[in-house]
Amino acid sequence: MSAPLPLDATGPVAHAASALLLGGAFGVALERAGLGDARKLTGQFYGTDFAVFKVMFTAIVTCMLGLLVLGALGLVNRTRLVVPPTYLLPQAVGGLIFGVGFVLGGYCPGTGCTAAASGRLDALALVAGLLGGTWLFGEAFSRLRGFYEATPMAARTLPELFGLAEGAVVAGVVVLALAGFGVAEHLERRSSP
Amino acid sequence: MSDPARAAPRAYANPYVAGAGLGLVLLAAFLVTGHGLGASGAAAAVVSAGVEAVAPTHARANPFFGAWTGADGGRAPLSDWIVLEVAGLIAGAALSAWAAGRWQRRVDRGPGIGDRRRLLAAFAGGTVMAFGARLARGCTSGLGLTGGAALSVGAWVFLLTLFAAGYAVAPLLRRSWR
Repeated sequence: MSAPLPLDATGPVAHAASALLLGGAFGVALERAGLGDARKLTGQFYGTDFAVFKVMFTAIVTCMLGLLVLGALGLVNRTRLVVPPTYLLPQAVGGLIFGVGFVLGGYCPGTGCTAAASGRLDALALVAGLLGGTWLFGEAFSRLRGFYEATPMAARTLPELFGLAEGAVVAGVVVLALAGFGVAEHLERRSSP
Repeated sequence: MSDPARAAPRAYANPYVAGAGLGLVLLAAFLVTGHGLGASGAAAAVVSAGVEAVAPTHARANPFFGAWTGADGGRAPLSDWIVLEVAGLIAGAALSAWAAGRWQRRVDRGPGIGDRRRLLAAFAGGTVMAFGARLARGCTSGLGLTGGAALSVGAWVFLLTLFAAGYAVAPLLRRSWR
């Protein structure tokens, strides 16, 4: 049998267990990486600490390579994996708004939960804001819906968009990540006294 | 390894090692569930459950809340996979911080801002961020990380604009952090 496992067929216990275990491992990884620390996270935007970039892009590259290899070996059925859909404008604008909130708040939602769980009261305030903002968004949804559903794109993935083989795009991402790591190490050395 | 020195918290892991570990957790999520990890979706589920509890008719008539509660209130947002996953995240992070001697009640802030203003800024940041995440259909976890690894076009657009905006506003907020 090839992955993904048909969880719906394995019942509510597997559903809950997979969520709790994978979530638990997610929380451990974020906390160990130091991503529950607002000054470390925001160091990304002041050129002093590139942990956000390094952790995130190492994770993306690891998972991306894993999916490519397991797919090529026939161990995972790629067509059954969820690819987040593309709505160009709302996602571009959403990213801009999110970036402002990130530097203002000091955490993103996942790292905010990590920080709150390790005793940080400012992260608790951020999570409260997150719930409030989500409620406001929901109340305003009928007016935002036109924009929310604007500019859907048929191309779901970068290989489809560029008309390239998946291997070529994966290689490109790996090269970009390695170059980024080199720049990050250089800038960190320069900023440390 | 006998006595975890509570007074001296252990250093964070090497970012590349932690990143590879995170990537393997994400890969496992894809293999087991068919989708990746997430975070902000849990806020949408919790808020929808809250609105349903207070004003069920209002919640079900609203397409945003209604998507979580079901048109007849038949769905239970709080037992959704993403809510349980974030519950696991919170438990895992708390355990990890405690085991490493890093659990501490504190307010993270730069020297140029007081606790009170930092808490207000964090609340405001969370509110703003929620709008960005919902417009984009995900946050750094569910869209950036998960979609990034799945090579989703929208995920890479989101990551690009997120970092661009972060660098653009960072100089204005310097006093909060440096």
